[in-house]
Amino acid sequence: MAVVETRNLVKVFKQGELGAVNNVNLETREGEFLVLLGPSGSGKTTLLRMIAGLETPTSGEIRIGGEVVNDLTPRERGIAMVFQSYALYPHLSVYDNISFPLKAQKVPRPQHRQKVEWAAELLGIKHLLTRKPRQLSGGERQRVALARAIVREPRVFLLDEPLSNLDAKLRASAREELEQFHDRIKTTTIYVTHDQVEAMALGERIVVLHQGEVRQIGTPKEVYDQPADTFVATFLGSPPMNLLEFSDVIVGFRPEAFLPAPLVPGAAAVEFRYRVNYVEYLGAERVLYGSLEDAGFESKEIVSRLSWTMPSGYDAGTVHDFSVHEADLRFFDKKALKRAQPRPYPWR
Amino acid sequence: MALEDRRLGAAMFAPAAAYIALLIGGPFVLAVMYAFTDARIGTQGFHYVGLENFRSILQSPSFHAAVRNSIVFTVVAQIIIIVCSTVLSIALEKPFRGRKLVRFFILLPWVVPISLGAIGWKWILDSIYSVITWVLVWAHIYTPYSAPMWLGEPHLAMTSVILVHCWRLIPFSTVIMLAGLTAIPKDIPEAAAVDGAGFWRRMFWIDIPMMAPIIWVAVLFGTIFTFTDMTVVYILTAGGPFDSTQILPLLAFTTGIQGSDLAAGAATSLFLVPVLVLIAYFMLHAARRAEVT
Repeated sequence: MAVVETRNLVKVFKQGELGAVNNVNLETREGEFLVLLGPSGSGKTTLLRMIAGLETPTSGEIRIGGEVVNDLTPRERGIAMVFQSYALYPHLSVYDNISFPLKAQKVPRPQHRQKVEWAAELLGIKHLLTRKPRQLSGGERQRVALARAIVREPRVFLLDEPLSNLDAKLRASAREELEQFHDRIKTTTIYVTHDQVEAMALGERIVVLHQGEVRQIGTPKEVYDQPADTFVATFLGSPPMNLLEFSDVIVGFRPEAFLPAPLVPGAAAVEFRYRVNYVEYLGAERVLYGSLEDAGFESKEIVSRLSWTMPSGYDAGTVHDFSVHEADLRFFDKKALKRAQPRPYPWR
Repeated sequence: MALEDRRLGAAMFAPAAAYIALLIGGPFVLAVMYAFTDARIGTQGFHYVGLENFRSILQSPSFHAAVRNSIVFTVVAQIIIIVCSTVLSIALEKPFRGRKLVRFFILLPWVVPISLGAIGWKWILDSIYSVITWVLVWAHIYTPYSAPMWLGEPHLAMTSVILVHCWRLIPFSTVIMLAGLTAIPKDIPEAAAVDGAGFWRRMFWIDIPMMAPIIWVAVLFGTIFTFTDMTVVYILTAGGPFDSTQILPLLAFTTGIQGSDLAAGAATSLFLVPVLVLIAYFMLHAARRAEVT
């Protein structure tokens, strides 16, 4: 187990172009599950590959366990990585795949079988040891890749979108297994994903990346409830946070906080006239897409999320009073797009 | 529509079928026929003689030498070619400054017409004008009178012929293997690096096993090109000295065409068939395997 740190880490692929990773500073905690979250092209995979030693930083420092590892090869860093494609060796059996790191690291041969069986047992793939990767399902391949990663007990685990090749149902169960797996082995883990649900479910802390820069680091609750800027506010949450521009401030509120007026009692409620244009029925909830009747906001789409327990009657074409509690409003500076101090209503 | 499609398909296929029938099928049938007759160039008509041609060929010392040399020539050349082109393709896969230029120069021997290349080598290895000899004399390794005759001494001649043939075929194998190497997903060697494999382990445990199917294809093609090729030997040594570089296709050519004994030449060339059939079988097998994966 070890702490991974990056200091002013920069990666520029083409000279003169914007860096794929720009001045990233972060530090994991001992045994933490840290998720790097961002849209494609945000530099999260490049960042992970630099930590793994597969990509050389343009500038900056990477430390693992307090030691600068910039000039170390991947094998000297004591890390293990699970690739998006799993990158199993197709010509080797599952057993040989899992024992490959042991051979490569010159672990004495008599220990191999015991260690491979330990890893296979942990991941429930002991019955597959003689098979070849192509005879395995997606979920089984993912487990083999994980077993290959843990077998030599690395200091740090790096996972690059390991669930993205699984179908939706399998992904949910694999996510849960990953979580339990981390609870058992307690190795510092850095996990890359573009899927916010995965990030929220798995991460002890989430690093939100955009265009190579860290936008926010925080617990899932922090990044969701207290977004640092409008990017984080709209990237997390599905559907994303509603943003309304006023003269010098942007006001945001989550769709689930934008509710029929009778449901938001008290003086702290901020009221809008809301025209419902379209309703999406999702079983446990309804998502309303509409616009505000208030002057200046007619063209802006505003989304509301109603749980199935709430009253019906909010059909397309109808107009209602909707409210947001003042505590659920988030304010952003209009120029910097960063979080700003809350202000009393009205904002004009 | 189905009928039209089928007609179009037949039309597209016809040139290839005609080509094979006229230029490969025809001569092959003739060769089989002539092998059992006493046909000669410049005479009309021929008679059926049964297995007489095969009997006399099997007793000929030239034929024995040719079979032995063909095997040595093919096997040794293939080993050198595969080792060199595997190393070259691995070296050329990673981008570096001037890689395109290096690739161009390596490919050059394959692009040069085979006879021109061989004639160039004939001069390089010539008994009087050889630049190699000149350099060795200049470096005081040999005197002008003791210098080796590259094409005039049996073992040296065979070595020279094999090396020239390798020079010609290595680019071809390298290109095949480069294509195969680029087809290996990039993250597999990366996974091996993260798993802690050094250069040699990666090479022998990951790169080469994963290249195996493509190496196999290169070996099959190379074997055909080597086993049936006579140009290099014909131009450099014409099978000499004392049959020490005599090979089957050249023997068939010299007996059948230059020696006018069409029947014996045809019978000699038929000995190539079993080997080629075997290679064709493996080739189809390899092609099918490549399709599946």
